[in-house]
Amino acid sequence: MYRIVYFCFCFCFCFFRVIRVFRGSGLAFEMIKFNQVYKRYRGGYEALKNVSFEIAEGEMVFLTGHSGAGKSTLLNLIAAIERPNSGSVVVKGQNVGSLKGAALPYLRRNLGLVFQDHKLLFDRSVFDNVMLPLQICGFDHRESAKRVRAALDKVGLLPREKANPIALSGGEQQRLCIARAIVNRPSILLADEPTGNLDTDYAADIMGIFKSFHQVGVTLLIASHDAGILRQFGARMLTLKQGELQQ
Amino acid sequence: MKNWLIQHVRVLLFTLRRLRATPGSSLLNILVIGIALSLPAGMYVLLQNVQNLAEQVAGTPQISVFLSMDASRDDIARIGRQLKQHEAVGQVEFVPREQALEQIKRTTGLTDVIGGLTQNPLPDAFVVYPKKLGSQALETLRDELQKWPKLEHVQLDSAWARKLEALLKFGRLAALILAVLLSFALVAVTFNTIRLQILTQRDEIEVSKLIGATNAFIRRPFLYFGLLQGLLGGGAAWLIIMTSLYLLNGSLAGLVQLYASSFTLRPPSAGNTLALLGFSAYLGWLGAWLSVAQHLWQIEPR
Repeated sequence: MYRIVYFCFCFCFCFFRVIRVFRGSGLAFEMIKFNQVYKRYRGGYEALKNVSFEIAEGEMVFLTGHSGAGKSTLLNLIAAIERPNSGSVVVKGQNVGSLKGAALPYLRRNLGLVFQDHKLLFDRSVFDNVMLPLQICGFDHRESAKRVRAALDKVGLLPREKANPIALSGGEQQRLCIARAIVNRPSILLADEPTGNLDTDYAADIMGIFKSFHQVGVTLLIASHDAGILRQFGARMLTLKQGELQQ
Repeated sequence: MKNWLIQHVRVLLFTLRRLRATPGSSLLNILVIGIALSLPAGMYVLLQNVQNLAEQVAGTPQISVFLSMDASRDDIARIGRQLKQHEAVGQVEFVPREQALEQIKRTTGLTDVIGGLTQNPLPDAFVVYPKKLGSQALETLRDELQKWPKLEHVQLDSAWARKLEALLKFGRLAALILAVLLSFALVAVTFNTIRLQILTQRDEIEVSKLIGATNAFIRRPFLYFGLLQGLLGGGAAWLIIMTSLYLLNGSLAGLVQLYASSFTLRPPSAGNTLALLGFSAYLGWLGAWLSVAQHLWQIEPR
């Protein structure tokens, strides 16, 4: 057990050294790499068929397709919420599909997840919701409070820090979910339908927030069925159709 | 290290707050655990007291060795020496027949009857105080002395002590069985409480897993809760026992006065109290651990 952790530690250490070398040489390094990934559900339904792509470090990529095209499944594979049936999903050099259960938490701490249904906790304040990831990582309390306020400020929710999330509007809840995803300063942000049921003003607001993360070097993968709003940003687009990637 | 400690203290405070957030059910749970534990523990305390009383009343057991009427002074001296040298014998006291007769005259008030006797019917005797007090050791010693020459009779009045000991043994076994059964009840109570907590915190557990919580992190507050609940239950059991002893002592005082004795029920010793608290805390922790192990894996993020 400890040996595995130690091994992972050494591995990550060497890995970051390598990244630095790559950065120095001006080469873009892939953060996410899918290689001939298949995902089948029980009953034979194929959610993903032979999906291969790469996302470079600091890149912002949109993932589109109709509902049921496999967008959520693809995101779930990256966060190891689900595992591929064949092919490999590599995140920051780690093959996610073959990670042991005990290593999963450390993978997920590197990812910021924005959920379609927000997954907020209504038994605590806005502030405490954003605090949760830092508590999990065992951060110093004072330092975390600063970080939480910074994250809330970034999404414009600082004045509502003491409110209960249930009192927030849909757009505010979505922004709260984003604040929770970024408070840990992850290098990769995955968002599933972040503008799902918001009107265009709110949606543009949230896309603006994502863009500011992109500018500070965060790798983003944003899934949405609404291709219109994505097109305005002119980023690379991956389109899924019935589980297959359209190039 | 410091960070680790702070995290644990924070979980402990969080658990206390959770206990206080639902005072009604927390109190009931603690009371159930307290009552369940106070039965065997209280029984044990009572048995301990009965044993103390028995020892107090019986004093040290002794063996009376009566010599034959035809034993000469040399025989007496020889037997006295042998007894003193015997390894199982602690102290030996010689009671000459004349002294025994005097004693009977004084204590029983049969002066007239004894005065009518033409000769002293009592034999010389030794009172032997054995080193080992177990009934087994006493009987072995008696059987051995019985075989010595010039001894008429060796009397060990330990029958009632043996009966009492057997009774205490029985009582202790009953207390043990009760303790084992109620321990299961305690584990079950904690198991169920934690199960309910896990179910109501399903969302929190799922979200925590999604943002990188280790299983140890998720398990920790539940284990602390079980531990704390068990500990408080043990405290409740201790309070119940102390209150019962206080009430019993109150009514016992009147009874004991009639026998001109000063007997009070003694509370459990500090060691026993600590053992009670430690044991109940452990059982609470065990119940929580079993519950978490059973239910946590069912909550996987989808």
